[in-house]
Amino acid sequence: MEFTILILALPLLSFLVLALAGKQMPHKVAGAAGTASLAVVALLSYTAAALYFGAGRGADGTFATLVPCNISWLPLGALSIDMGIMLDPISVMMLIVISTVSLMVHIYSLGYMKGEKGFQRYYAFLSLFTFSMLGLVVATNIFQMYIFWELVGVSSYLLIGFYYTKPAAIAASKKAFIVTRFADLFFLIGILIYGYYTQTFTFTPTETALAGAATLLPLALGLMFVGGAGKSAMFPLHIWLPDAMEGPTPVSALIHAATMVVAGVYLVARMFPLFIAFAPEVLHIVAYVGAFTALYAAVVACVQTDIKRVLAFSTISQIAFMMVALGVCTSADPHTGGLGYMASMFHLFTHAMFKGLLFLGAGAIIHAVHSNEKIHMGGLRRYMPITHITFLIACLAIAGIPPFSGFFSKDEILVACYHFSRPMGLFMSFVAALTAFYMFRLYYLIFWGKSYYEEQLALYNAGKCSKAPHKPHEAPATMTAPLIILAVISCVAGFIPFGQFVSSDGTAYSIHINKAVATTSVALALIAIFIATIMYKGGYSRLTRGINRNLRGLMSAAYNRFYIDDIWLFITKDIIFNCISRPIAWFDKKIIDGSLDKLASGTQRLASLIRPVQSGNVQSYSVWFLSGAIILILILIYFA
Amino acid sequence: MIIPAQYFLILSAVLFFIGVFGFFTRRNLVSLLISTELMLNAVDINFAVFNAYCHPQLLEGYVFALFGIGIAAAETAVAIAIIINVYRNIHSIHIKKLRELKH
Amino acid sequence: MNILNLFVIIPLAMLLALWASRNLRQIRAVMVTGSSLLLALSAYLTIDFIIQRSGGNTAAMLYCDSWSWYAPLNICYSIGVDGISVAMLLLSSVIVFTGTFASWRLKPLTKEFFLWYTLLATGVYGFFISTDLFAMFMFYETALIPMYLLIGVWGSGRKEYSAMKLTLMLMGGSAFLLMGILGIYFGSGATTMNINEIAALGNIAREVQYIFFPLTFIGFGVLGALFPFHTWSPDGHACAPTAVSMLHAGVLMKLGGYGCFRIAMYLLPQAAHDLAWIFIILTTVSVVYGALSAISQTDLKYINAYSSVSHCGLVLFALLMTTRTACTGAILQMLSHGLMTALFFAIIGMIYGRTHTRDVRQMRGLMKIMPFLAVGYVIAGLANLGLPGFSGFVAEMTIFVGAFEVNDLFHRTVTIIACTSIVITAVYILRVVGRILYGEPTNEEHKQLSDATWDERFTVICLVICVAAIGIAPMWVSNLIEGGVANIISNIQP
Repeated sequence: MEFTILILALPLLSFLVLALAGKQMPHKVAGAAGTASLAVVALLSYTAAALYFGAGRGADGTFATLVPCNISWLPLGALSIDMGIMLDPISVMMLIVISTVSLMVHIYSLGYMKGEKGFQRYYAFLSLFTFSMLGLVVATNIFQMYIFWELVGVSSYLLIGFYYTKPAAIAASKKAFIVTRFADLFFLIGILIYGYYTQTFTFTPTETALAGAATLLPLALGLMFVGGAGKSAMFPLHIWLPDAMEGPTPVSALIHAATMVVAGVYLVARMFPLFIAFAPEVLHIVAYVGAFTALYAAVVACVQTDIKRVLAFSTISQIAFMMVALGVCTSADPHTGGLGYMASMFHLFTHAMFKGLLFLGAGAIIHAVHSNEKIHMGGLRRYMPITHITFLIACLAIAGIPPFSGFFSKDEILVACYHFSRPMGLFMSFVAALTAFYMFRLYYLIFWGKSYYEEQLALYNAGKCSKAPHKPHEAPATMTAPLIILAVISCVAGFIPFGQFVSSDGTAYSIHINKAVATTSVALALIAIFIATIMYKGGYSRLTRGINRNLRGLMSAAYNRFYIDDIWLFITKDIIFNCISRPIAWFDKKIIDGSLDKLASGTQRLASLIRPVQSGNVQSYSVWFLSGAIILILILIYFA
Repeated sequence: MIIPAQYFLILSAVLFFIGVFGFFTRRNLVSLLISTELMLNAVDINFAVFNAYCHPQLLEGYVFALFGIGIAAAETAVAIAIIINVYRNIHSIHIKKLRELKH
Repeated sequence: MNILNLFVIIPLAMLLALWASRNLRQIRAVMVTGSSLLLALSAYLTIDFIIQRSGGNTAAMLYCDSWSWYAPLNICYSIGVDGISVAMLLLSSVIVFTGTFASWRLKPLTKEFFLWYTLLATGVYGFFISTDLFAMFMFYETALIPMYLLIGVWGSGRKEYSAMKLTLMLMGGSAFLLMGILGIYFGSGATTMNINEIAALGNIAREVQYIFFPLTFIGFGVLGALFPFHTWSPDGHACAPTAVSMLHAGVLMKLGGYGCFRIAMYLLPQAAHDLAWIFIILTTVSVVYGALSAISQTDLKYINAYSSVSHCGLVLFALLMTTRTACTGAILQMLSHGLMTALFFAIIGMIYGRTHTRDVRQMRGLMKIMPFLAVGYVIAGLANLGLPGFSGFVAEMTIFVGAFEVNDLFHRTVTIIACTSIVITAVYILRVVGRILYGEPTNEEHKQLSDATWDERFTVICLVICVAAIGIAPMWVSNLIEGGVANIISNIQP
């Protein structure tokens, strides 16, 4: 499997080439180079997956963990940071997800970013991101993961800030980086504790080391989860993700929906054996945080008007589902308590596909109407049929309607939740229904209702409007092709026997639909869709307006994301900046530096005090001389 | 009649302190020069007196007094030359005006 | 002949040649030749050192040599290098080399500038190759004095004030240092000034160490920007010309850390062990305090100077942890900070040379106007905030892992406090990047400005390559350093 090294090398190479020589390349060449390298990477990933899973299970019923290469990168005393490639079921699964979505985004961007200034730079950053993300998932140890974790953070920063002349994009990129960096601090401390007590950075410490580290492992794992929560936008560290939508839409699809934001989930999954053995209570905290985030984000998503923000909050909510699924696990045995692990990974897989699809669809829509706001949409189904159908498929998938992929994975999550406790199950079912509601609200507002274009056109024809509106059009083939491919995957991915490949203890597990849970969740979803249909199919109906009027306070609170951003802003700007940093700078200037200046001016003053004595006047010198001589003589006479 | 040594010493001390007083208080360069001469002469007297009273058979004290007189003459010549030059340059020999070399 | 002597002979020859040179062309020729020779020499030394080490030569110091200088006081000109000095020499050569290009178009009094510049370099090289207390002190002073003129004459802003402040504070440090050195010399029986011999004797009484360790440590600590003796750094850096800032932050401040390690801690090991906690507190304050003050600065150079306070604080912090890993990290951090800050100051100088302002509030959208410099700035910024792939990350991680090896509550707490600096660093770096590089250019005058010239590009590219080289392949550097560190550390264990 040594060829897997190419999976990392190719995107890196393409990044270097595009970053160094991109400026001299025409757009087409740069795009083709990036896309071609990614296509090869995708092929290699599929091959790797086929070979890996094709090799069959070992004697203990699990797929062997392969380490095709591992070099010691930096020895640190007893520890050592290694760089290598590790293949196990989840990393191979992630390879497929990342290379597929990344390839789709590369192709899609050829159309979406056509003619943009900085096209080569864009592809360079995409390659960098892909490299880092692939490096993250195949990491052989937690420190390598951290290294690539930082790299995905910076590529995300660069891509969010791609339109670097836009103030909102600059602020968003900065916010994203700093918030995740803040979380990474905890991750780092977690790693330090983990490394010190287990005497290794690898994921599988020796039994004796583990026994010695048992008391502090929960703390280390909890801190790592905080890092994961930052990257995966868990409450209250979620604030950067909605703003990150300022980046180009394909980037949102790749980084902020399908791959990077699930890194936190992946991290918890990676450490799952340790979590379940040493820190089940931390795992349950993960579940509660996830559950709260899922509800919070779903509620906020119900009232946002920017379609990308709706999708962003939906992403937060769905990632929270994955976290919950991991958190509700009670043992590593897939049959008794480890179902959530498989469900989480399954949902990660399907979610990447349908959320990528949703974002790419949103990109096509934004491309067509040149706006993110719902007001400027409406009735688009006639103008953009392919986008419409694929978007609908994605909506059905995320709403959990069979036979689309989201149904299967979400159903497994709900089953796991009901296994854990009934309230958790009911809670998550409710959030799932809410998901269906807001997704269909979005869908109807975009594709149904009154067409903004037609209204404007009518106004223009009546002479009430001076500018002819822009006619929405279907996206070019480079953009629709990825939509179609992802839509197909979203339709069929649910039938993958996922448990055969990934499960909490590695042994095969066949998924069976729990009829009771499935029926309730489907019924709830259908009811939610039905409500959405009534409320939003024909634009804002009278009923909708009525509801909006009565819940105005709640609506505006939700629209403002329950003021969490403002709280953070208050903490950072008013407390840290104004109450800590400024006084420190003042202290430095006035007190520390001031006292030194005072020392200097004091010396000077002392000098000027003594200076008159050195008058240059010989007469006064002689007076001093004489009086000194007399005093000395007197002293000599009387004391000697 | 032998005049007691104290008389000479008192004379020289008085002369010396007249010189010192003049040196401290006068602002005229020529007066300063005269004051210096007074002090030098007071010292010369001391040389002569101590020689005469302590070691009558030796001559070092007188020789030193003569040296002192010689040096005083030379010094006066140099000082007068300087004072004349100062006067030519700044039309004054008042010591307060001589601040050019300061700072 | 011992090749280490060349590190002093070449700069001296450069001084003579500069003195004799008549025009700009000759001056440049001398500088480029000389600094390239030094760079080549350091590279050769590094390679040869690694080869010798891997060939099984385990002597504490290689290329040792000694000539008696003033026998009554046992002063010798004795030289020798271990891995730490080799790394520092390499760093100095890189900075001197790139600094030459960074001041390619410097006016006026070019010849005099380079004369002082080379004299400073002489002091730095001499300091790193010496193993004699007195010779080290002498070279140390040689390196400090030219700084006064370099800032006072060629600086900008309140240059006289800054030059005076910097010189006075560093001289104050030297006074402590001199006391410390004399204390070490007489405390060890006044038989030798050679560092290795004193360390081997190890006969300085504990009580004596308690007096002279703080003196020596603070003496060097002033140069290493130890809180609260750091305030020369912001003013000094802000007013210094580009190449001088580079050399000062890049190399000179390392003299402080190097001296703390090689003299204060190596020769006074028991005090270093017992009194470390005081200085650990001070350095922890340095780390966080420097980073926090950087947030609210508005002058680019001040931001960077405070960031230097923070990063250099981390160097001393790690040294005081006295674990092998942490100290290796400290030396790595010295290297990495030297290169990164030099890069930063070079770019800031280049931007300042164009916009004539360093106030972040007056610049906007430089990415559109001077893309090369802006990209350089972003890279320097990312390196500074510890992005993997650049040297800063390697150094910081080594330090943190090493500091975590000390298993008690006090050390754990300060380590965690020090860790927070990585977040604060991100804040001030990204704040500036977002403020001055991104956005639309607003200042009409700035829109006419040009991008980097070839010599500036060369400087930036050289430094970026060095920073990335350590960041991507840290192993050879850390192996190089580790032997030297282990030797010193083994002396410190109580």
